[in-house]
This record gives sequence, C-alpha cells and structure tokens, in this order.
Amino acid sequence: MAFLVATAIAIVRMKDLFSVIMLLGIYSLLSACFFVAMDAVDVAFTEAAVGAGISTLLMLVAITMTGREENPSRHKPVLALVVVIITGSLLIYGTLDMPYFGLAGDPVHLHVAPRYINDSMQEIGVPNIVTSVLASYRAFDTFGEVVVIFTAGMGVLALLSVVRLPKDIAKDISNIDSLNKCMHEEHLILRIVAKMLIPFILLFALYVQFHGDYGPGGGFQAGVIFAAAIILYTMLFGMSTARRVINQSFIQLLAAVGVLLYGSVGVVSLLEGKNFLDYSALSADPVAGQHLGILLIELGVGITVTAVMVIIFFNFAGRSNDQQNKESNES
Amino acid sequence: MDISSTVFLLIGSFLCISGGVGVLRFPDFYTRMHAVGVTETLATAMILIGLMLLNPAGLVLLKLIIILLMTLFISPTASHALASAAIQNNLVPELDENEDNEKVTSSNP
Amino acid sequence: MLIAATIAILVVMIMAMIRAFIGPTLYDRILAVNMFGTKTVLLISLLGFLMGRPEFLDIAIVYALINFISVIGVLHYSDSSIFKRSDTQKNNEQ
Repeated sequence: MAFLVATAIAIVRMKDLFSVIMLLGIYSLLSACFFVAMDAVDVAFTEAAVGAGISTLLMLVAITMTGREENPSRHKPVLALVVVIITGSLLIYGTLDMPYFGLAGDPVHLHVAPRYINDSMQEIGVPNIVTSVLASYRAFDTFGEVVVIFTAGMGVLALLSVVRLPKDIAKDISNIDSLNKCMHEEHLILRIVAKMLIPFILLFALYVQFHGDYGPGGGFQAGVIFAAAIILYTMLFGMSTARRVINQSFIQLLAAVGVLLYGSVGVVSLLEGKNFLDYSALSADPVAGQHLGILLIELGVGITVTAVMVIIFFNFAGRSNDQQNKESNES
Repeated sequence: MDISSTVFLLIGSFLCISGGVGVLRFPDFYTRMHAVGVTETLATAMILIGLMLLNPAGLVLLKLIIILLMTLFISPTASHALASAAIQNNLVPELDENEDNEKVTSSNP
Repeated sequence: MLIAATIAILVVMIMAMIRAFIGPTLYDRILAVNMFGTKTVLLISLLGFLMGRPEFLDIAIVYALINFISVIGVLHYSDSSIFKRSDTQKNNEQ
C-alpha cells in the first residue's frame, strides 16, 4: 500500500511526461500484485493486460502528438487541495459506519452472492464463476460495456481520422520496399525475435479467449492481448506494412461485427419466445444453451475489443506519422 | 526433491538480490544494464527450475516451461533494444580518460 | 523456502522502484520498469504456488509478454523526431 502512495506522489511531481508513463506502468503492476494477493485472479489478469500493456502504449502514442514536457502550472492549486481533503475526509467518515470488509454477516454477502456461488454450477455448468456471472447472470451489463468500448472507438474515429487520399496510399505502397530495407538493418534482432514471438502471442490470446470458462480469461483479456500483438507488429515493421496487412475498413467492420454478434444472440432468444439474452432458449438442453450463449458472447466481446484498440492505435500513430512525413518533406 | 528445489530457489534469490544491489550502486547506465540483464535471466531460470522440481501436475509443468522459454528469448532482446536505443540517442558511457589513451597507444602495431 | 524467495523478490522490487524514482536519465527509468516487470512475473508464479492456485501462471505469461511489448514500444517512440527536438531545445537552454 505504501508503494502505491509513494508512486502516486512521484507521478504527480514529475514534469517529464515520459517518466510519468513509466511510473504509471509500475502503479498498474502493483495493483495487479495486490489483486493476486487478494486471490482475485480474473481481475488481476485484466489489470495486468490492460493497465500495463495497452494503456502504456496508447498514452505513449498520445504523447508523441502533444509533446514531452508538461506545461508549467500558472498558479498554486491550494484551494483544490483543500476541497479534496474535505471531501475525502467526509467520505471516510461516511464509511466508518459500514460493516467491516469481509465479515460473513454483511448484507452484501447474504442474498446475492450465495445464490451465485451455490446455483451457478447447476444452472450454467461452467466452473469459472466470474465468467458465469459476467456473461450470463449479468449479461446486460456486459452488453453495455461492449457498446461503450465501441462508442469510444467511434469517437476516436470521428475526431481523429485522417483522410487518406488515393495518392497517399499509392505512395505508401511504393515506399514500403525502401522502408523495409533500412528498417531491417536497424532493428534486425528485434524483428527476428518478434517474428518468432508474434504467432505464439496470437495463439495464447486464442487460448485465453476459449479457456475463459475453466480458468481466468475471457473476451476482454483475450482482445487486449490480440491487439497488443498487432501493435508490436506495427511498431517493428512500419505503419505502411501494417496498413496493408490489416485494412482500415476491415477493422472497422470487425468492431461492428462484435457488437452485432452480441446483440443478435439476445435477439435470437427473443425470437424463440423467451427474454432478451436468456440463453436457455438457444438449444434443447438449457445447460448446453448456456454454454453456447457464453461462447458466442465472449467471442463478440473479444472481436470488438481487439478491433477498437487497433483502430485507436492506428489513428494516433498514423496521425503522428503523417506529421513527421510532412515535416521531413518540408525540411 | 525438496532439497534440490530449495537449492535452486536459494541460488535464484541470491542472483536476484545481487542484480538489485548492482542496479543501485553502479555508476553509469550501461553498467547498470549489465547488472540487471545478466542476473535477471539467470535468476528467473533458477527460480523457475526450482518451482518445476516441486512436482506439479502436467499442465502446470508445461506452463512453467513456456514461461522459462519465453523469458530466455525476451530478456536478452529487451536489453539489446535498450542499449541500442540509448547509443542512438547519444547517451555517452562514462569512460576513464587515462585508460582510454593507454588502450589506443597499445593497440597500434 | 518459497516464502524466503518471495521476500527476496519483494526486496529487489523495492530496489528497482528506488532506481525508477532517482534515475537521472530516462533510460534508467525504462530499465527499472523492465526489471520490475520481470520480478513481477516471478512474484506472481511464487504467490501462485504459495496459495495453492497454479492458475496464476496464465497471468505470469501475459505479464511477461506485455512487459516486453511495453519496453519495445517505449524505445520505439523515444527516438521519434519530436523528442529529439525537445532534447536539443533543452541542450540549447543549458
């Protein structure tokens, strides 16, 4: 706990944004270790993958566009500090009345949680209770999360997308060979090691996606790992090559397909005469229906998360790439 | 089985701590990188082998072997990338002036 | 024995954090974060064995990969031309 506080203080005091990102990486790692110590495996997984991986990479790309130093602040924020302290102490005072964390007799633990823990195996038949709660008991919430991620991707597209004229695309394709040769010299070892690692990372992402029923994992984590592999490829082999491998419109299509898949599972249940997103309508045996439903939903989540992360990265990185090309053409 | 596992774990922790002390005390970035890069990989290998000797079940053993192989690939590559990026951005290593002149004069045939 | 190894790794993580706070140049901090990441992989594996839940090894694998990708990302972006401009500005000011 003391580590977290020390890291947070150091983050606020440093002006060099680059170092801030490093320290944020450490912060996220410490949180993941905490979660592991508290025996919460899925959360630790997601925190490690998202916080330390994708967040760091996306913030780095954002920094290339904003510049490296933080602007010096013009006034001392004393008033804000006072307000924060008062609000914080009021909140802590409010929680003094609540029952202690983790006691067996808490109202939190009395009604909802035992039902999930006791009945989950018969009703759904999936060993990992977190997955069954996320994907079946609380499927509406997860649907909302997926739609939020999709909206974030659309927001980035709407604000930042660079119009690529056909002559830009043609110039990119002709540049690729010369770019490849000079980059090959620079990053030789990295490229070869990455060529060996990337298929393995993709395979591992698929393993995490489909193993989510039995161990930690599931759609969100798998999507993030998949996107991280694609980002690694993009960084080492150049934006132009990556754009040829993964077309912009294909990725946008994939993002929509994921959300649609999720929604259509719900609509199919509606058409069969039961509630929206009630998976027992999907096949003759309700437990098999639950399995099928969970599988399809996690697939939809994974596809959308991957596509949106890749869209955001391509837009940020493509913009800074174009900025650099313009500058090097002018100078 | 327990004794050999204990030995490996001990060696691994010792290497780890020595790497950590090196990072704190060495004078220059490049020397610190030597301290960490070398000891980190070997310490990870020792500790993982120590864990493997505790006789776990099949899938767990496979995962430990995978982590070991990946670390053997990843750790040296990361050190190489750090060093080459630092050189390209003109981070100069601290050289001892007298030693440098002596080496230059002695290598001329 | 596992507990002793865990304590040793925690000590090394504290050392890495100190270096990350102090390190005069940027590359010291990147090195410290990389080291922190590898030690976390070991820490999670040891904790998994201590608590009798070997499923933690999945997290360890993910973490090793993510650590690698982050370090490569940071290095790639640290030699973009925008940073060179601000570095030369700083050198001119000094």
